[in-house]
Amino acid sequence: MDMHVSFGGLDLKNPVMTASGTFGFGMEFAPYGDLTKLGGIVAKGLSLKPREGNPMPRITETPCGMLNAIGIQNPGVEYFITKALPYLPWKKVAVIANLYACDAAEFGELAGVLAGEEGVAALEVNVSCPNVKEGGIAFGQDPAQIAKVTEAVKKWAGNKHVMVKLSPNVTDIGVCARAAAEGGADSLSLINTLSGMAVDIRKRKPCIANVIAGLSGPAIKPVALRCVYQAVKAVDIPVVGIGGIASAEDALEFILVGAQAVQVGTANFLRPDFAFNLVDEIETLLGEIGATSLDDFRGSLQLPL
Amino acid sequence: MSLRNCRTVKVLDVSPVGQSKSPGELFELRLQYPDWDGWKPGQFVMIRPTGWELDLLWARPFSICSSDGESLTLFIQNMGRGTSRIGKLKSGDTVTMWGPLGNSFAVEPETPTLLLAGGIGIAPFRGYVEQHPQPENLKLFMAHRLPLDCYPYALLSKSVSSHCMIEEKPEDLDRIIDTMRDRIREYAAQDGLILSCGPTPFMRTVQRFALEFKARAQVSLENRMACGVGACLGCVTKDGEGHHVQVCTRGPVFWADKVEL
Ligand SMILES: Cc1cc2nc3c(=O)[nH]c(=O)nc-3n(C[C@H](O)[C@H](O)[C@H](O)COP(=O)(O)OP(=O)(O)OC[C@H]3O[C@@H](n4cnc5c(N)ncnc54)[C@H](O)[C@@H]3O)c2cc1C
Ligand SMILES: Cc1cc2nc3c(=O)[nH]c(=O)nc-3n(C[C@H](O)[C@H](O)[C@H](O)COP(=O)(O)O)c2cc1C
Ligand code: FES
Repeated sequence: MDMHVSFGGLDLKNPVMTASGTFGFGMEFAPYGDLTKLGGIVAKGLSLKPREGNPMPRITETPCGMLNAIGIQNPGVEYFITKALPYLPWKKVAVIANLYACDAAEFGELAGVLAGEEGVAALEVNVSCPNVKEGGIAFGQDPAQIAKVTEAVKKWAGNKHVMVKLSPNVTDIGVCARAAAEGGADSLSLINTLSGMAVDIRKRKPCIANVIAGLSGPAIKPVALRCVYQAVKAVDIPVVGIGGIASAEDALEFILVGAQAVQVGTANFLRPDFAFNLVDEIETLLGEIGATSLDDFRGSLQLPL
Repeated sequence: MSLRNCRTVKVLDVSPVGQSKSPGELFELRLQYPDWDGWKPGQFVMIRPTGWELDLLWARPFSICSSDGESLTLFIQNMGRGTSRIGKLKSGDTVTMWGPLGNSFAVEPETPTLLLAGGIGIAPFRGYVEQHPQPENLKLFMAHRLPLDCYPYALLSKSVSSHCMIEEKPEDLDRIIDTMRDRIREYAAQDGLILSCGPTPFMRTVQRFALEFKARAQVSLENRMACGVGACLGCVTKDGEGHHVQVCTRGPVFWADKVEL
């Protein structure tokens, strides 16, 4: 079956991408599968300067999910360009850089640094991280800021595809989706993590040093699916579905409501070859349910009259 | 690069170890040996029973205790939700396993080497002793809370000379700490090597005395892990320069003067 997906100039050999922050810079997973089998690799969030991230503990397991407050720890964009990118098979798999900055100007600058990098197929703009005090979710909750950041990135991104990653921690996802589209986004990806918390009654302490953290994993899938469904209806640009995907069935649910492609995050921790296997599993399942092609299946949800 | 690291392997058996007050508190999990070229003591595996549904997402990290070419043995303490379920596995069940992961303990065949084990921290030392080219240069000091037969101690004591202290009452702790201090000073004086594994307070004590006496000491850390491959950055600790580094790939073994505990 033809699994190829193409939108806004971004070519993916199949709809499976790995979500930012859960797949390192990609090479960490090279011993567990053929990276070129994936549709795309979204790298760990990058900032202009290196960041140490938040204090420990930063992760905890929750029922059917996990909380993280990594705080965009990363070695900075220059390191990515000189030390990570050259080792990725970017000619054979789409490598997408995920950007994090504190204001629109800095987002623009970061986009400018990556604009000329041949190995980067697209820029994903993280306006939705709940784990950093400055910026992050504040942008993601304000439609005017989403539009402003998107415009700044678009202005400096050259001809790179710009995907804006939205937060679910808002009252109306459709408004945010439209703001990104109006700012010139080529596509949207959603959702980032939901704001959450866990405490330990014996230690009488929060389980995460940052207290509040981002919830991901199967627990958030229904919320993610609803957000993707609403975003697809709100805008004309392509939408990439993220959130709790842990099987081929989950992935196809997102495609059914209209997602062009999907990103797999927390499920990479179930086993490090998860995303590689998912590619074949989606193809098999599509056949089993009688779909003739991915494109025919996409968005074919039948709504009650 | 090898593509052989994530495997589904069979459980050969799960057997309780020792006579602790709560049965099943410590057990040995024997797994079918995967198609590895080998492993080094101090390295670990991530395991996730294939029967787990999605309520527990993460695999759990365990030190490799020993192997005989046919099987791989892990030595596990029932700590909570994951380990209690792992303890209920039956022979024939399967687990997803990736490894061997992380770095390993230093091996200096000629150097007098002290192994400091805090309770369950004895697990990697069984493999260390089994693989060491000159075990006559090794000595083990073990501090434990449960009866000695709860640990794979008898197997070790056949090959190396050892000294054990049990912590039953609060006063015992002072004696244990004094003994650790003396031993670390003694090994520092002869430029020996000190390797340690155990709970974090135990590691902190080792580090404190290692820094005080300028001993060459390694500590093995047990941070919470999600991926085990260096990708999620959830397991980090601070290195000597104050940078966050992944325990799963840059450790779990660190030189005591190069890590913040
Ligand atoms: C490199 C490495 C090697 C290890 N080797 C061994 C080993 O050989 N044998 C063994 O029994 N255990 C070992 N551990 C610890 C083991 O991974 C944890 O005990 C286990 O993950 C707890 O899982 P759980 O679901 O039962 O606990 P949970 O239900 O998640 O938690 C129960 C309790 O265990 C504590 N805990 C959770 N994770 C860890 C952890 N990683 N380290 C210490 N305490 C934890 C929690 O704080 C809580 O108090 C190792 C850990 C690491 C990182
Ligand atoms: C440990 C961890 C780190 C993450 N880091 C980032 C990041 O740097 N940038 C980003 O845009 N999203 C980050 N995310 C969010 C994921 O990319 C994804 O949107 C979210 O986890 C939901 O998908 P999932 O349920 O499949 O994990 C991170 C998630 C996790 C679990
Ligand atoms: S456990 Fe994920 S980076 Fe170490």
